[in-house]
Amino acid sequence: MGNRKFKIYRGDNTKGELVDYNCDVTEGMVVLDVMHRIQADDANDLACRWNCKAGKCGSCSVEINGRPKLACMTRMNEYGDDETITITPLKAFPIIKDTVTDVSWNYKQNLKIKPFSPAQNKNNTEKGLVMQQVDVERTQHFRKCIECYLCQNVCHVIRDQEAKEKFVGPRFMIRLASLEMHPMDDADRIPAIKEDHGSGMCNITRCCTEVCPEDIQITDDGIIPLKERVVDRYYDPFMILFRKIFKK
Amino acid sequence: MSNPIGRERALLSNLREDNWWISPMLVLFGLLSFIIYSTWAAWQGEYFWWSGAINAEGFGGYLSPFYSPPIFIKEGMEGIPPVSHALMGAWPKWLDWLPGFSPAWLILVFPLSFRFTCYYYRKAYYRAFAFTPPACAVGGIPQKDYKGETGILLFQNIHRYAMYFAIIFIFLLSYDAVMAFFRDGKFGIGVGSIILLINPILLGAYTFGCHSLRHLIGGRMDCFSCTHAAESAHSRWKIVTFLNRRHHIFAWFSLVWVGLSDIYVRLVSMGVITDLNSWGI
Repeated sequence: MGNRKFKIYRGDNTKGELVDYNCDVTEGMVVLDVMHRIQADDANDLACRWNCKAGKCGSCSVEINGRPKLACMTRMNEYGDDETITITPLKAFPIIKDTVTDVSWNYKQNLKIKPFSPAQNKNNTEKGLVMQQVDVERTQHFRKCIECYLCQNVCHVIRDQEAKEKFVGPRFMIRLASLEMHPMDDADRIPAIKEDHGSGMCNITRCCTEVCPEDIQITDDGIIPLKERVVDRYYDPFMILFRKIFKK
Repeated sequence: MSNPIGRERALLSNLREDNWWISPMLVLFGLLSFIIYSTWAAWQGEYFWWSGAINAEGFGGYLSPFYSPPIFIKEGMEGIPPVSHALMGAWPKWLDWLPGFSPAWLILVFPLSFRFTCYYYRKAYYRAFAFTPPACAVGGIPQKDYKGETGILLFQNIHRYAMYFAIIFIFLLSYDAVMAFFRDGKFGIGVGSIILLINPILLGAYTFGCHSLRHLIGGRMDCFSCTHAAESAHSRWKIVTFLNRRHHIFAWFSLVWVGLSDIYVRLVSMGVITDLNSWGI
């Protein structure tokens, strides 16, 4: 594949620039391999976060030619031979150094969510509630999340609108969905989803789903169903009346 | 060193190398074309029906989906059904202010509100028209106090009610499709019959894949296996989910087809083209 041109962001959260590098690329290399080769040959102090190199730890999230991706899952043969590849840190989070960002804001969002609260009185067998495969699959779909935060990074509410305090972000809407749709969970998170977690801030532009490396249907299976549950509770007069009549 | 590159909070700021602007431009062109054509077609108030002869009486005929159902009909216009076909009879004087005495104005709000509040179209027009954002990882219009769908856009939550009306329209347009296979009570088939038959099929595939419907028929449940009713709901939910995964495809196909159906009926009614059919008219 020959010698290829790269531009990599070097700097911190206040100052930085795109630095040119050349790297010999061989068959089968991914962008993370290139970063490691540049680190070894040309820039020993280049900071890049990585761990599993298998698309399962979510550590190597960066922006490659302006698109949020996992560096370890982005093959070099996706790009043209003459194309200069630009590698920058995630835009939505503060830069620690070079391509490494501080994603700790996400951990704080996670803490806001009411944890799994199993009901004591839900039974469908003598042994208590036994989950069938169909229900396991529904929540397991959300648990494929590797917390790479590419969805958080590409969400324009967090990225461009500086509304981090109003919206918990797609990753945590998915976590909320996995808890809300869990047959054994008994907690009521709908008021918090509307008020504290900001379901109304999402305008369904689906970028979170487009960048998800695990192909989780974040919008269709997570955010929209939660928005519909909020509609049930707060905006649908017939559902409100139904609940009042049948005490549900 | 300069300030961090690629981190500006500005409209269209991005480092993308691909042609990200093609998709929103196509959506802009597609939706604007439909809006302009449908407004013009609704404004006409004539040439929305054909049954072999201008103002022919009798059972059957081609009716443009933009005008279905005709609630009132203004007599004396060209290419319109007999007044007996109107749901509520002749055009009343108190509606004379409507452009073109067109009954389309009385019904278009229903399909329009369904599409406008649709979760797919929201993505399409927020990107193409509102630039929030124009494409993924491309800077949107920076707003000081972004409210998403909590401010003026709170009305998007009426989507399920728009969906109820949209389902009624599937049945109405299916009735029109059946009528398109008859002329003066005689069964037959024409190009228009097929066009008007495909129309409710595509609209049905779009409407029955609605996210709100998917929620109401089963998605709202936490357990799909706990009761027989839940198992039954899960079966329905799976069908809607199949259509829901293709919601964007059917959204576009049905939109284009409903416009083509109107164009076809209009051109046949105006005598610009001849309908190939088994009635020989």
